[in-house]
Amino acid sequence: MLYAILCYHDEDTVGSWTKEQDAAVMTKLAVVQDKLTRQGRLGPVARLLPTTSATTLRKDDPPVVIDGPYAETKEQLLGFYVVDCKNLDEALDVARDLGAANPGGAYEIRPVGVLNPGSVLV
Amino acid sequence: MTDTAWIDAALTSARPQAVGALLRYFRNLDTAEEAFQNACLRALKSWPQNGPPRDPAAWLIMVGRNVAIDDIRRSRKQQPLPEDEAISDLDDAEEALAERLDGSHYRDDILRLLFICCHPDLPATQQIALALRIVSGLTVKQIARAFLVGDAAMEQRITRAKARVANADVPFETPGAVERTERLSVVAAMVYLIFNEGYSAGGDTAAIRAPLCEEAIRLARLLLRLFQGEPEIMGLTALLLLQHARAAARFDAAGALVLLDDQDRASWNQKMIAEGLALIDKAMRHRRSGPYQVQAAIAALHARAAKPEDTDWTQIDLLYGALEIMQPSPVVTLNRAVAVSKVRGPEAALEMIEPLGERLSNYFHFFGVRGAFLMQLGRNDEARVAFDRAIALANTSAEAAHIRMHLDRLMRDSQPRGAKAGK
Repeated sequence: MLYAILCYHDEDTVGSWTKEQDAAVMTKLAVVQDKLTRQGRLGPVARLLPTTSATTLRKDDPPVVIDGPYAETKEQLLGFYVVDCKNLDEALDVARDLGAANPGGAYEIRPVGVLNPGSVLV
Repeated sequence: MTDTAWIDAALTSARPQAVGALLRYFRNLDTAEEAFQNACLRALKSWPQNGPPRDPAAWLIMVGRNVAIDDIRRSRKQQPLPEDEAISDLDDAEEALAERLDGSHYRDDILRLLFICCHPDLPATQQIALALRIVSGLTVKQIARAFLVGDAAMEQRITRAKARVANADVPFETPGAVERTERLSVVAAMVYLIFNEGYSAGGDTAAIRAPLCEEAIRLARLLLRLFQGEPEIMGLTALLLLQHARAAARFDAAGALVLLDDQDRASWNQKMIAEGLALIDKAMRHRRSGPYQVQAAIAALHARAAKPEDTDWTQIDLLYGALEIMQPSPVVTLNRAVAVSKVRGPEAALEMIEPLGERLSNYFHFFGVRGAFLMQLGRNDEARVAFDRAIALANTSAEAAHIRMHLDRLMRDSQPRGAKAGK
């Protein structure tokens, strides 16, 4: 079974780390990731840009684009995609296509800062 | 750093949070400011002996509240018939004392403080000056420099503004959506000026003043969270991030200014650049351009260039052209002229800035840029006069040192650079 581990933290705290502090944390995390990679167990790892860079597509009819992160609590996180896009407009086009295939709910679109594609064998 | 320098730096960076929180407790700007001043005086006595507190802002809020409450109690004893309202306010304040000082309110406190400084009865320039004084704690001289006016004029402007705000009702209710949006542009301009105060610091003080840049970025992010759909706030936040991303590369070990072309681009903060670029991308979708978005787009073109010669100066020239229309100012034209010198050569650039001489007669950068153009044209005697004037007008020793370095550099290779830089 593949498990997704979703990362939550106070982004102001993380955002205020100096370059050195940030690098130190990343180095420590890399040790854990490297072990999983060698075991062929690590899937994609992404570090997202702050929520200030987030945009939300409400999958209403017609879909509505809202600036900012997904803020409702009545829906739950059910999955995610990582898609290579030229810019936000292109990402929103992909989200609209996905939304047309599966209306209802919302997609939060966030630029990925760092991506480790992983090595998982399934 | 001297004994008092670290205290000054700590007091400056704690100020918005502390004054904002004290204002929330006392609901009166004068009381809040006085409480903060008293707390600062105690800090100057206590901190050198006891060392800095773990959280200077929390310390100042606690001490400021205690001192102010003591003062109110004392005056209550002297005046046996206090106003009922004053007593109930005081009870609220004492109750609030029990709250944990976890800083969770401070962003709202700062925002309220910003909005109060931006009182609609005050002209925009007074609002900004007042906020820089009250929220950021900048000195009158620093504010005067940012506004390109004399110290005395600024002193008078701030005194008047304070008097008017003190006599006005302080709005503790959150303003309505329309009112908020109107004030937002003034608050945004002020946030940008706070940033510039930190950004324009010399190499000797850049580290001490960096909290100003960071505070401005924090304020911009806070505004962005509250106004998520405002492209200009996205632009402002992007602009500050893209500028601040270069902080580590802007000064050499000796504290001298390093030109953009000579900066070690590897030391630019890629995390800030990525966020800044994403925010511009987000803003552009709204098709509602504005001065911050244009300036952020210019900063983005610099950030995107892996090498100085990759810089798209033609696009930068066009963007400055757009900015001149949105926000006509001799300083914008001066900046555009730098791009023009790269695209069309120093002669065209010099022609462009000639008419600005009268309005920028006391502006350091005008003479620095003019001197550089003249040097590129081989008009060395005139260039020397301009550089001398620039050094006389320099605000920091780093600026003066930079002009001397600039002069040496252009002495070495004085052939026109514009022709080969354009693309």
